[in-house]
Amino acid sequence: MSTAHSQPHADDGAHGSLASYTIGFLLSLALTGLSFGAVMSGAVPHAMILPAIVGLAVVQLLVQLVLFLHLGSAPSQRGNSVIFLLTAALIAILVSGSLWVMHNANLNMMPMQMSAEHAMAHE
Amino acid sequence: MSSPVTTIDAGHGDHGHGHDAGGNTVLGFWIYLMSDCLIFAILFATFGVLASSYAGGPTGKELFDLPYVAGETLILLVSSFTFGVAMLNMAARKTESVISWLLATFLLGTGFIWMEVREFTHLIAEHAGPDRSAFLSAYFTLVGTHGLHVTAGLLWLVTMMHQVARYGLDGIVRRRLACLSLFWHFLDLVWICVFTFVYLRGVL
Amino acid sequence: MLGKLTLDAVPWHEPIIMGTGAVVALGGLAVLAALTYFRLWGPLWRDWITSVDHKKIGVMYIVLALVMLLRGFADAIMMRLQQAFAANDAAGFLPPHHYDQIFTAHGVIMIFFVATPLILGLMNVIVPLQIGARDVAFPFVNSLSFWLSAFGAVLVMASMWIGDFAATGWVAYPPLSELGYSPTTGVDYYIWSLQISGLGTTLTGINFIVTILRMRAPGMRLMQMPVFTWTALITNILIVAVFPVLTATLALLTADRYLGMHFFTNELGGNAMMYINLIWVWGHPEVYILILPAFGAFSEIVPTFSGKPLFGYKSMVYATSSIGVLSFFVWLHHFFTMGSGANVNAFFGIMTSIISIPTGVKLFNWLFTMFRGRIRYHTSVLWTVGFMVTFAVGGMTGVLLAVPGADFVLHNSLFLVAHFHNVIIGGVVFGCLAGISFWFPKVFGFTLNEFWGKVSFWCWLVGYWLAFTPLYLLGFKGMTRRMNHYDHADWHPYLIVALIGAVIIGMGILSLLIQFYVSIRDREQNRDLTGDPWDARSLEWGTASPAPFYNFAVLPEISSVEQHWADKESGRNLIQPTRYEDIHMPRNTGTGFIISAFGFVLCFAMVWHMWAIAGVSLLGVIGTFLFRAYDRDVDYWVPAAEVEAIENARYALLKKAA
Repeated sequence: MSTAHSQPHADDGAHGSLASYTIGFLLSLALTGLSFGAVMSGAVPHAMILPAIVGLAVVQLLVQLVLFLHLGSAPSQRGNSVIFLLTAALIAILVSGSLWVMHNANLNMMPMQMSAEHAMAHE
Repeated sequence: MSSPVTTIDAGHGDHGHGHDAGGNTVLGFWIYLMSDCLIFAILFATFGVLASSYAGGPTGKELFDLPYVAGETLILLVSSFTFGVAMLNMAARKTESVISWLLATFLLGTGFIWMEVREFTHLIAEHAGPDRSAFLSAYFTLVGTHGLHVTAGLLWLVTMMHQVARYGLDGIVRRRLACLSLFWHFLDLVWICVFTFVYLRGVL
Repeated sequence: MLGKLTLDAVPWHEPIIMGTGAVVALGGLAVLAALTYFRLWGPLWRDWITSVDHKKIGVMYIVLALVMLLRGFADAIMMRLQQAFAANDAAGFLPPHHYDQIFTAHGVIMIFFVATPLILGLMNVIVPLQIGARDVAFPFVNSLSFWLSAFGAVLVMASMWIGDFAATGWVAYPPLSELGYSPTTGVDYYIWSLQISGLGTTLTGINFIVTILRMRAPGMRLMQMPVFTWTALITNILIVAVFPVLTATLALLTADRYLGMHFFTNELGGNAMMYINLIWVWGHPEVYILILPAFGAFSEIVPTFSGKPLFGYKSMVYATSSIGVLSFFVWLHHFFTMGSGANVNAFFGIMTSIISIPTGVKLFNWLFTMFRGRIRYHTSVLWTVGFMVTFAVGGMTGVLLAVPGADFVLHNSLFLVAHFHNVIIGGVVFGCLAGISFWFPKVFGFTLNEFWGKVSFWCWLVGYWLAFTPLYLLGFKGMTRRMNHYDHADWHPYLIVALIGAVIIGMGILSLLIQFYVSIRDREQNRDLTGDPWDARSLEWGTASPAPFYNFAVLPEISSVEQHWADKESGRNLIQPTRYEDIHMPRNTGTGFIISAFGFVLCFAMVWHMWAIAGVSLLGVIGTFLFRAYDRDVDYWVPAAEVEAIENARYALLKKAA
């Protein structure tokens, strides 16, 4: 296993440091607090809450991806980062596509907002 | 095999071994995690489609207890941090500390599962079980699948603590800890989406 | 303890099933007796069941596929017979419930247990050889994958005699597949057999992505990989991307059936259309998973037998990749009629039509490769030419179906049935049979009999067109799929022609089996001494036939897309290396088989609601896995002297042949 000797951490992935873990932890804590606060405090206008918590979630995902999962553009992590980006794109296609398809199907198939029970009661 | 790596492309430095040296396992595990990510994506999409199919039953606003969920979130986040510290100790080759930090992670994970089970039994006792409405089916399945993953992670943590104690921090154990750490952090990522799109959005 | 399982679950009163059961039981007993008499249990366990050698696993995949092809074809011929008889007043010989199970089983078996194992088998055999690797990245996982698939097939077969199979069609749409409308265990067999084999397929996908990305021979850049390896890479990416979707979707259906949930039910807010949406998110990329490696096989065969490099290597790679990307944007064309509206239908219709462009690029590349080449009409070339003609028609009917307006007329008609058989038989089956006749000597060391191969090809080609052209026409006449009986006298003659076509395809399958028998009998005359019987071009032909268990004694340095051809030009292929090194190889292990066996018991127990047995077998799965995790003796070194002895024998043969 001389290969492992010349590159002692080749099989471990990247590690980060205590500082990066601590920063990641504190940032996540703050972002989580902001999300719950936005919903529970009532201080945020109602129309703004959903965009706000979605934005905070995306930021927290990025924080943890970089600081906990060590994704980034470093050569050792580039492969994993590309694979993750492809997966994220695929998830975006599948989730948004499914919601689009089902939303339109619901609109078209129940033009009078008629529930199944309601429709059966009419027969 | 004693000569240093001389090939131009570092990715092929292990060609003398033919299999599973270098980071093959970590790469394979990462791809597995991405496939798991897709399972969760489907569950989220299904939850999105069924999120208001209450069928006359209770809604998220009536059921969800946000302070309780904040507690679960905190526990899982702290466990992510403790696992990170375990990995730092692994890099420093401190066997004893690795085991202690893994144990801390295990206890926090168990606490999370205990809270989730309590939440579920509470809902079922209130006749808001998974068979009450499509919304609740989607809720229980999505959150429960995350819980099952955490449970599997706990089982894995136990065997890894044992392996660290038995074999020390050799190459195989380090590689497996690297995979488990990816798994554990990944579960925290999924939970961010769960508390945002299920709980917080559910009470709006 | 035994849940819902009683002796009544066996269909004693069904003569067809019990007759088949008797034949299978007698055949099985004969095999067991032969294994015992010739003392083959030991070698079977040591050399095959526990093997982690990718070539042997590939062979086992292909054998599994051929066995299941016989079952799937038996279903097909029964459907054709039923429809040839059941016109007007005649009821035919299959009651509706049995007929419905047959068309469901036919679809499930042909896709999951014939086409998929054929593709996975070819990839297993060829990909590591083409990239100059000694094995796949995770040999144990490879063995596990195969046995999970094999036990999935066993579960489908078991449903024939213990209980029943789904009577829902091969994608099991709810609400029909929900407990209220399918109360028997048929759908449960469907779910669990697909879950266990799907898990195996996902693991294979991960395994091969890592293998192709990280284990290529020194110097081989991505754009120097043979096209078959490229198609395998894209196929495995698609597998990892969409098989989890199938797993999740079936899990939701399982939750409905086992836990009383309401994802796809008619009551309490369930939405059956979501299932249809999700199953096709998996289902459409699945057909590209099957066809891309077939394209890859043709891309190896055409240049070899034309004596020219492949025309447009780069465009082939880009076409393959863009088919892979586009496959995620087309799923809705399977349910234009669901009612998502004009905008949604237009988007997915246009995306579907666009896929024909990269596919057309490929077809032209093959034609330009053959243009002015010195073509040798080997059986695999016949399959290729037959594919080009047949598949082009299938592609065009596909583009026709991609027009939403036309689809509203043709949806669920026999036109659709004819279309997908056109592309799957004309594409996937022809491609795999071409690949088998092309690569057979690389695994077994002798070539296949040409005469019976050609007979098989002509039977398949003529049989296909006779069987499915009438179905296209019947689709235009308004005949829907899955009919057990019909009252239109003018449909009858078409269905008789279709039956004749199916019988001719049956003769094609028989010729294939005769081809194997004759080739094995005459193997000494047809030995491949050089390792390169076709004067081929890519790396796998640079090692011996059959390839030694370590594939390459010295890993080749790659500097060309057609490395073997370049080596032949420079004469390097005949120069024996002067020095060999020890080779690191994975040890055989039975844990993959044992985990899968526990998994099979787990799934069977879940089908019949035997909770205790299911729990115990789940513990068995976990326990065996842990056992493997603590087993540190998983590989060994082959001494250089042993390698040298094997290689000396090979170079002696090469000299004799030259």
